[in-house]
Amino acid sequence: MGKTIAEKIFDAHRVDEPFPDTHVLKLDRVFCHEITTPIAITDLMARGMDRVFDPTKIKAVIDHVTPAKDSKTAAQGKILRDWARRHDIKDFFDIGKNGVCHAIFPEKGFVRPGYTIIMGDSHTCTHGAFGAFAAGIGTTDLEVGILKGVCAFHFPKTIKIVLTGALKPGVYAKDLILFIIKELTVNGATNMVIEFTGPVVDAMSMESRMTLCNMAIEAGGTCGICYPDMTTVDYLWDFIQDEFATKADALADYSKWVSDADAEYERVLEYNVSELQPMVTVGFKPDQVKTVAEMTGTKVDQIYIGSCTNGRIEDLRIAADVLKGKKISDNVRAIVSPATPAIYSMALKEGIIEIFQDAGFCVTNPTCGACLGMSNGVLAEGEVCASTTNRNFNGRMGKGGMVHLMSPASAAAAAITGTIVNSLLFKV
Amino acid sequence: MKTFIGNVLFLDRSDINTDEIIPAKYLTEITKEALKPNLLEDLVLPGFSRADTQDKAVVVTRENFGCGSSREHAPWALEVNGINVVIAESFARIFRQNMYNCGMFAIELPKEKIDGLFHNYAGKAVTMEIDVDGNQINIQADGKSETIDFKVGEFDKTLVKEGGWVGYADKNY
Ligand code: SF4
Repeated sequence: MGKTIAEKIFDAHRVDEPFPDTHVLKLDRVFCHEITTPIAITDLMARGMDRVFDPTKIKAVIDHVTPAKDSKTAAQGKILRDWARRHDIKDFFDIGKNGVCHAIFPEKGFVRPGYTIIMGDSHTCTHGAFGAFAAGIGTTDLEVGILKGVCAFHFPKTIKIVLTGALKPGVYAKDLILFIIKELTVNGATNMVIEFTGPVVDAMSMESRMTLCNMAIEAGGTCGICYPDMTTVDYLWDFIQDEFATKADALADYSKWVSDADAEYERVLEYNVSELQPMVTVGFKPDQVKTVAEMTGTKVDQIYIGSCTNGRIEDLRIAADVLKGKKISDNVRAIVSPATPAIYSMALKEGIIEIFQDAGFCVTNPTCGACLGMSNGVLAEGEVCASTTNRNFNGRMGKGGMVHLMSPASAAAAAITGTIVNSLLFKV
Repeated sequence: MKTFIGNVLFLDRSDINTDEIIPAKYLTEITKEALKPNLLEDLVLPGFSRADTQDKAVVVTRENFGCGSSREHAPWALEVNGINVVIAESFARIFRQNMYNCGMFAIELPKEKIDGLFHNYAGKAVTMEIDVDGNQINIQADGKSETIDFKVGEFDKTLVKEGGWVGYADKNY
């Protein structure tokens, strides 16, 4: 019997199996941000264990509320900053250099096929787009990760999703993952890895694969995984060219992180996505999904384009394509937050920032901010937001607010009309 | 080891997420105690009021409890309110592991058993106690008692007994 990619990564990293189905894995990366890490740091200090297992494998960023909005968030940033300096953590991204964790860490080349990665953040599953096993964990697991470089997991079974056909114009990775979550339901992948495979995924950019894997957790999944291929190698090439003579060599090496043809799966689901339409969430759970067509005309108050799901350059290009030469409706306000400084710079050079500003968008610095209702665009009671983020929970973007999750194209279109609408209407 | 006995809070809904258990705006707190007044503040459940969490030690609920954000603030918000046990049909992975990592119990029971608990005890004065060595839930209500067996992995039980994962990992790795 063959093995899945998750099994191969577990086998290559297992340092102990102290109890049945308890796999203690060696970690290649521990990622940290200023919301869940400070409390781990203060607890380690209180225990007299203020140490780190390897400062080169720990990467940290202030991203959730930045610049700090009040004394409490300033204190959280300070705890992380002081800790990074104290332990000589070189890859620490502070104001001016910081961006949303799941966008900036891949962009800096910190993720490789076959890696094990943890972070005190549920959307850590994003990094599986590179063929890594990347899982969100809580503060206690983070403490042990920081201290010892290990984490314990029960073995995850795998759901394989095979995507065939080709996406229509106006339909993107976000629409696809909303459709898949609807199919799986919010706990359909609990304790499981979701492998995204097939010609549709093969044709996708790394950005789109990250959008897919980012929302694996919304179906309960431990990690989303795409197989590494030449697209992965191309994305990483700047960071790996000292390790490999040619891209073909890199690909040959990374190809060991692919599931065997006879691997055992919990479920295999195949979808031809050629007829898929733009999708949008409608309730307070991410599996409550309808087509944009069914929801057309629904009024919104705010548009938000950004986050670890859809704040990358590809997303901004797609939105700008819809917005070019248009103005947002007088009935809405619109915010765009490029996910990293590099994305911001690219968008500036390409004239995308100008398109957003001419249309009437507020352009903010890279931050999570509004996505979790902390800053930079919190909703008022009763307000509705068309958002490219990943969670529509009650109160997620502000108490009493309602969030419709959608693609950057659909969000841009909603900005123009003030209602949910198909973005193709605005493409020339 | 923590204590696992007391009154029961029944939450008759599936998919209660960690944003509902403790909203993101409280994630700027850097002590557990500060979370105490805000447990289940954003819970969407008709008839529920924050006062219902008073003097409770056990939560009984439905499927996929603790889904969403990885925040360990969710188990902590329960813990500082004296709740060290959640009994459900199923849990989200991260929440479940966070509970055991803190030395708390996240007990899964089959749907029929959970249905039975709601049917027999919801709305009544009922106490439950977890027998850690015997893998049993002892229930007292109306002067009568009942026991229900549950399954727990050796690793999870070890974490409960040792009071959490940090101490265990420091000793062993
Ligand atoms: S952008 Fe939103 S979902 Fe992503 S890490 Fe930040 S808060 Fe979490």
